[in-house]
Amino acid sequence: MKVSIVGAGPAGLYLGILLKKADPAHEIEIVERNAPDATFGWGVVFSGETLGALRDADPPTYVEITDTFARWDTVDVRYRGRLLRSRGHTFSGIARRRLLAILQRRCQELGVKLEFGVEIDAPESISGDLIVAADGVNSLFRRHYADKFGSTVEPQGCKYVWFGTDLVLDAFRFIFTDTEHGLFQVHSYPFDESTSTFIVECAEPVWRRAGLDRMSEQESLEFCQRLFADDLGDHRLMSNKSIWLDFQRVSNRTWHHGNVVLLGDAAHTAHFSIGSGTKLAMEDAIALAAACIRHTDVRTALVDYELERQPGVERVQRAADESAAFFSRVVHSTHMAPRQFAANLLTRSGRISHAGLAVRDPEFVRALEAWFARSSGGSGDARFAPPPLFAPLEIGGTTVRNRVVLESRRTAMADAALAGAGLVTTGLVAVVLDGRISPHDPVLDDAQVAEWRSAVDGAHEAGALAMVRLGHAGRRGATEPRDRGVDVPLRAGGWPLIAASALPYGPSARTPTSMDADDMERVRAAFAGAATRAAAAGFDALELDAAHGYLLAGFLSPLANRREDDYGGSEESRLRFPLEVLAAVRDAWPAERLLAVRLSITDWARGGVAADEGIELARAVAAAGAQLIHVEAGQTIAGGVPEYRRGYLTTLSDRVRNEARVPTLVGGYLTTLDEVNTAVVTGRADLCLLDLSAIGPVEEVDQ
Amino acid sequence: MRIGIGLPNTIPGVDRDLLLEWARRADAGPFSSVAVLDRLVYDAVEPFTALSAAAAVSERVRLATMIAIGPLRSPALLAKQAASVATLAGGASRLTLGLGVGARPDDYEAAGVEHSARGARLSEQLAYLRGGRGEQVYAACDGVELLVGGASGPAFARMARYADGYAHGGGPPRAFAAAAVRARAAWSDLGRHGRPALWGQAYFTLGDADRGAAYLRDYYAFTGGFAERIAAANLTTARAVKDLIRGYAAEGCDELVLLPTVADLDDVDRLAEVIV
Repeated sequence: MKVSIVGAGPAGLYLGILLKKADPAHEIEIVERNAPDATFGWGVVFSGETLGALRDADPPTYVEITDTFARWDTVDVRYRGRLLRSRGHTFSGIARRRLLAILQRRCQELGVKLEFGVEIDAPESISGDLIVAADGVNSLFRRHYADKFGSTVEPQGCKYVWFGTDLVLDAFRFIFTDTEHGLFQVHSYPFDESTSTFIVECAEPVWRRAGLDRMSEQESLEFCQRLFADDLGDHRLMSNKSIWLDFQRVSNRTWHHGNVVLLGDAAHTAHFSIGSGTKLAMEDAIALAAACIRHTDVRTALVDYELERQPGVERVQRAADESAAFFSRVVHSTHMAPRQFAANLLTRSGRISHAGLAVRDPEFVRALEAWFARSSGGSGDARFAPPPLFAPLEIGGTTVRNRVVLESRRTAMADAALAGAGLVTTGLVAVVLDGRISPHDPVLDDAQVAEWRSAVDGAHEAGALAMVRLGHAGRRGATEPRDRGVDVPLRAGGWPLIAASALPYGPSARTPTSMDADDMERVRAAFAGAATRAAAAGFDALELDAAHGYLLAGFLSPLANRREDDYGGSEESRLRFPLEVLAAVRDAWPAERLLAVRLSITDWARGGVAADEGIELARAVAAAGAQLIHVEAGQTIAGGVPEYRRGYLTTLSDRVRNEARVPTLVGGYLTTLDEVNTAVVTGRADLCLLDLSAIGPVEEVDQ
Repeated sequence: MRIGIGLPNTIPGVDRDLLLEWARRADAGPFSSVAVLDRLVYDAVEPFTALSAAAAVSERVRLATMIAIGPLRSPALLAKQAASVATLAGGASRLTLGLGVGARPDDYEAAGVEHSARGARLSEQLAYLRGGRGEQVYAACDGVELLVGGASGPAFARMARYADGYAHGGGPPRAFAAAAVRARAAWSDLGRHGRPALWGQAYFTLGDADRGAAYLRDYYAFTGGFAERIAAANLTTARAVKDLIRGYAAEGCDELVLLPTVADLDDVDRLAEVIV
């Protein structure tokens, strides 16, 4: 087989080695536009599992590579003058130049033909049974066949610049430094006995304010040298064509077209903040070589390679996306205590949870848990503490015994409390009969106070607090019961619907009437009346439902609110009615009891409220007296575009809590205690709604 | 986990005798369902017609579309077809109506239906099937189990809003597991009780693997490079079938439908032997 590989980076060279080893009869040629010793960047990082794969694939290069490694197991976080260390993260680093030299030598030894300084202008000029485009993030081949590959290339994250330094670290070190221009952060790690990589990063506006957009390469190096003088000491930063860049996120629907296949950065990139680019590239080479050994037919091999690699690469890319997003918004987390900040940083990509951290570094987690218990009102001398979910939460004049919230029907509130919840919450309880979603939904009128009272007493006896969710279905009312679908209008009967505007909720839904001043007065009064009765029933907390497209949520979103009076249009006007209701409830509800608001932070729909505005809404609602925001998303309209996965609301909760600076309750399909521990200890939420379907009776665990 | 078998209604050249005998053997075998696919611009038997034939020669086995491309039909026609199959099958409880938007613009073009509005149209159909308009909806539809397929966020929301469960489009157990999480998350988000029913599917032949691969390449030719991937995933050995069954069961699949890629009656018997 004749194989032409374009690009002599780690992926291309390693593939050449593995294919030649598999069959010395293969005719393999690697062409590279640059000289053999030209390279961009400094060191590259590998994790433990990648090393295992390299050992199995080619022992001789494995030995050479690992001989030159810088190894460390610590992540340092320098933040607000503190240096926090977390151990147990095994990494290795190597100079990119060194890695390339080892691979080039091995290629020559095996008889892989290497040609440097060859510029390829047209993909057609390359021939072979298999053509491998290992030509990097700006791949000529990928650009040429962009529609065939289904390529997407977009900038991601902050501005960054990649320096070297002769400061030799003994850890992966993150440094966060505040300046008059804004926050700068560093990602640095050692890669040989005398050098470390030193990546400086900041948000684009900060970069402009600091004048970096107008500085020369040398000036920006000097700027960074001064900025991080405390860390660098006598050591210097070094440039290697080090200019400020935008990270380019590359993905492709398919990685092959005919006999052309994409490898490494040409196929996919993962934000540098999780340090996986070279790892992914070399794993690609291993998978492609293995596929070529398994199949004699090239196209079958390429399909096999793609099937093998794509799912794993997509997982890494998702983790990298989370990490890039974390660094983009980290400026909002700088109010956190250093230990919590470090924990938030270490769990940023979703790949390490609280439990994962405890396996890596029990001491770090012991200190973290003790700190969390202390900050939750525990003893200052405690040397250890229960897992974070068991830390009580003092909020709105009350104390919740733990961080787990369970939703329950009225008749099962005591059971939910006995199951262990700190707070038991109802589903939507309508403030008037016409505000129900379905005919059998609960209401809270005078006749029901006693029944609610006994349900709340049951929760109290089992040690939990009880919260009522008061709402009005608005245009989502008068539907069939949910056992056979949601938003299906009642076949028979029903009642008139009211909403911000006369727009039906979804297909086949009835059209509501737009609320007039009398309707508004009635609804305000109904909420206030229900709040008074909820207090009489003994509820410890009241949650005003302004989420999911119900009546109050309908005012907040331009997709549901087309009013031209004082209650529609600008954000302030859309907030007016919900805030009036909140004020009426605030007056009726005892001041010493917790008042929460349930809010869709994003509509997940074009033209609707997006997260930035949702955070503004949360801020406004908190300023008007809400002490807790229950973070929700979507359902504003029936045709939204939700993003479901495990914990799909946790990042939004993080943003609300740390940008609007208000305590949060979050659900979003949380099914494990580890997810709860992680969310609360890292400051992403204060309370978590655990999915009841995921925590059955313990007797059923073995079944 | 229950195991169903596909009826080869989209394999070119199938005839009356083969389809009827296939359904009889499925009914006599260890399968819990027989399922059909839907493809308009292809040498294929229309899914509700195929299920009607199967209904006429079977007593026990559940009849399922996995999936039917709902938007190609008007809501009333779709409901009528489902109700008719339910009647011929002896009751709505024998029918599972899996619906999706499909992946083939040419089917929409041939049906004269706008492709870009397919998602909204499917939602309308589902609301209609649930009796949402309070208009004439066929009573025989009321007990039919509804599944919705698709991999996008809106598809999962649509499933949780209107259906009884989720119809996965195929892939390794890991892919099914990821979709199951999203389906359950959507279910919980929409405030549904319990969990959605989860149906999976995979292609197989325990006979002529080359013919099976050739069929899949042809059937999925419209996807370009993906046809090869689908052909590569065809289960062609007893071991591969068993591994996949084990993997799907472990991920909480309720019913796995194994779809034929060769219209050879021996494949029904071979599969029956593997799964008992």
